[in-house]
Amino acid sequence: MPKLTIDGIEIEVEAGTSILQACEQLGIEIPRFCYHERLSVPANCRMCLVEMERAPKPVASCAMPCGDGMVVKTNSETVLKARKGVMEFLLINHPLDCPICDQGGECDLQDQAMAYGFDRGRYLENKRAVKDKYMGPVIKTIMTRCIHCTRCVRFINEVAGVPDVGAVYRGEHMEITTFVEKAIGSELSGNLADVCPVGALTHKPYAFTARPWELRKTETIDVLDAVGSNIRVDTRGAEVMRVLPRVNDDINEEWLSDKSRYAYDGLKRQRLDRPYVRKDGKLVAVSWADAFAAIAAKVKGVAGNRIAAISGDLADVEAQFALKELMGRLGSTNLDCRQDGARFDTSVRAGYLFNSGIAGIEKADVILLVGTNPRWEGTLVNARIRKRYLAGNVKIALIGEQKDLTYPYAHIGTGPETLQQLTDGSHPFSETLRNAKNPLMIVGMGAFQRADGLAVQAAARITGEVYGMFRDDWSGFNVLHTAAGRVGGIEAGFLPGEGGRDLHGILDGASKGEIDVVYLLGADEIDTAKLGKAFVIYQGHHGDAGAHRADVILPGAAYTEKNAVYVNTEGRPQLARLAAFPPGEAREDWKILRALSEALGATLPFDTQSQLRQRLLAANPIFAAVGQTTPATWAPFGVQGAVDAAPFVSPITNFYMTDPISRASVTMANCTEALVGPAQERTGTHG
Amino acid sequence: MSAPASDHGHEPTSFAFTQENLELAQRIIAKYPVGKQASACMPLLDVAQRQNGGWLPRVAMDAVADLLGMPRIRVYEVATFYTMYNKNPVGKHHIQVCTTTPCWLRGSDDIVHACKKKLGIDLGETTADGQFTLGEVECSGACVNAPVVQIGDDYYEDVAPEHVDGLIEALKRGERPKAGSQIGRRSSEPLGGPTTLAAFTTQADD
Repeated sequence: MPKLTIDGIEIEVEAGTSILQACEQLGIEIPRFCYHERLSVPANCRMCLVEMERAPKPVASCAMPCGDGMVVKTNSETVLKARKGVMEFLLINHPLDCPICDQGGECDLQDQAMAYGFDRGRYLENKRAVKDKYMGPVIKTIMTRCIHCTRCVRFINEVAGVPDVGAVYRGEHMEITTFVEKAIGSELSGNLADVCPVGALTHKPYAFTARPWELRKTETIDVLDAVGSNIRVDTRGAEVMRVLPRVNDDINEEWLSDKSRYAYDGLKRQRLDRPYVRKDGKLVAVSWADAFAAIAAKVKGVAGNRIAAISGDLADVEAQFALKELMGRLGSTNLDCRQDGARFDTSVRAGYLFNSGIAGIEKADVILLVGTNPRWEGTLVNARIRKRYLAGNVKIALIGEQKDLTYPYAHIGTGPETLQQLTDGSHPFSETLRNAKNPLMIVGMGAFQRADGLAVQAAARITGEVYGMFRDDWSGFNVLHTAAGRVGGIEAGFLPGEGGRDLHGILDGASKGEIDVVYLLGADEIDTAKLGKAFVIYQGHHGDAGAHRADVILPGAAYTEKNAVYVNTEGRPQLARLAAFPPGEAREDWKILRALSEALGATLPFDTQSQLRQRLLAANPIFAAVGQTTPATWAPFGVQGAVDAAPFVSPITNFYMTDPISRASVTMANCTEALVGPAQERTGTHG
Repeated sequence: MSAPASDHGHEPTSFAFTQENLELAQRIIAKYPVGKQASACMPLLDVAQRQNGGWLPRVAMDAVADLLGMPRIRVYEVATFYTMYNKNPVGKHHIQVCTTTPCWLRGSDDIVHACKKKLGIDLGETTADGQFTLGEVECSGACVNAPVVQIGDDYYEDVAPEHVDGLIEALKRGERPKAGSQIGRRSSEPLGGPTTLAAFTTQADD
């Protein structure tokens, strides 16, 4: 524990802390460009110079570890002069084009030039110019602005694990490039623009659309996967201009996947902004009252067991809870929130949650991936596994499809029989699992979206039991969901009730004519052809597959347009907040259901969202701990039985288009074209 | 210099080490500890450059990257950082005149001029018959015997403009002119011979 003096203040820090970090602990601001707390330290920008006694020259504080008895000055004449000098050199080749630069107003270089730089330039010679590079559909480059901090190179190498970016040539000719002009094949490439301290790398979809000071910032959460990344939505008027990550060390650290970041332009397209009723085979715009009347005319008098409801990937907890209550009042128990057809036991919380937590991955020493491609199903979960891999001493194995996961792993099998071999110890990998201190298993939806899902779940549980994944001090059994609405739906009880049908039962019943009314709460990924002659009510925000089939459309709100609870794959309830109002006559989803219940003569017993939440809390207390996880108690789950030897197949075939919002997004279409390949099957709105 | 390596239109579509060079590469790789194969990057690039007639196409860098299990961009970084790796095709004889201060003070400008005149090409150009490429380089590290001209692997020191003609003619005839000082200076002794410890100079030291 070295003790040192910084600006006359004595501080004791952990061994290995750099001077810059020690200064941060004291609240002293040290300017920097290349240093980033989540990346390695190259010390090449020299902006963080400080004066240290007995050192002949100023030292780079980011790379100088604290030593006992050091005396550091951060605001002496020498330091101020050194900073001014460094800044002057950085600005020699940096264009003074702030007025036309997208980084203007939130630029580290701009801010620090104001705070620490010289008040005028002395450089009269020509500046260098650098050709712009192609870095894919989401990153715009203006390479003349680059100050060669190499944050992007380190990010893409270390965090993203896709070593496509580098610095070629040297000295004044140095350039950051992909060298072969190809798109960066990473789902995290948007973060390059975030780590770039200047305007060299910016967000292509956001280019020239707004200035940071004219945006209203709303702190909310992302729902395009089940990770529940914390985001900030920047809006101007009713329009979402961009999405940025917020720091949450338990979930996304400070990164965001490209889908979560850039799919927002899908919020402006294909929107349902007024109710529709199908008349003579054609959807006709009507008033809310007429839409409710049309539903009431159809639904009143229908027996409860002939009504069913399916909720989709983006459905919030309140809406699912309200719909469940409404269905209960109509006498129906045919509910399912697993619109992807996954079969797993929901009676025990431990059986469907990411129990270790995403941050818990860092404590594991053996990681077993079962039927999942975490890179596409939970990009930031994958980033966390890579972080664990970089820390060393971890063994990673995969059962399922072989994909590039950005870290090496052993491919030990393709189907459920490998789980059984692991359980009985006949598989060579059993030895590794047995010697593990904190073994961790991540089961993906690819393992449950099959007829034997329940048996696979039981098999995975038994493997977990054998190798000590359910201990008092360690929960290593994890389920990685693919949809933000799923865990919330399960926790809210949006599941088949007593004698009720699950998704397969509902679709079966509808096609056989045993179900007369199907209520789709944003469910677009089901096989709508199987809905048969049923009267379909679609409540949602996008004109996608569900709306296409619907007889009545009730326009709802997207995740940026409502205050709502979502539960991520860890079982962590988080609040999404209203950043912009829903378009046209669209309304928040729970309000629609409350109004509809009145029209159906089954009025729901809440008039405000807080009343609804009170009821929700009474039904399930885990919703009280917003932002926290409630540890799940362990009990046997799954149904032991015969398993099919068929290999696990990941449910996601195109990372960039998994839901109505991303399918409506032009940026995501560009990403698909550039990175997944034009041969990709088009779905939904691509008619 | 900022042009990507594939801009010159001579980029081959494939590159493979010859069997002989592959064995040499394996011997080089074996010099480094397991897991540190990337250390062999520079010697392997050199092997590849020699095999490919004195320059490195991108496919050759890729071959080195794949052989060493390195990301390709890491090899591009190395290959572009060092000027000794030629990213563009060069002639059979690559004449590199040092023009950094000591050589310049000793008349390197005249040597450049003599080369240009003799070969009829400018700096950075290759003669039409593909025999000679003329280039200027930063310090070759032989300042004691400035000015210096590097041709292929050989250093020609104490070069005067009048030597240029003979050197190039000899190369044209397919000979390999004697490397080292062109005025008969031994090692890096003072120009007029040793002034101190003269008695010891009988012991040959070069």
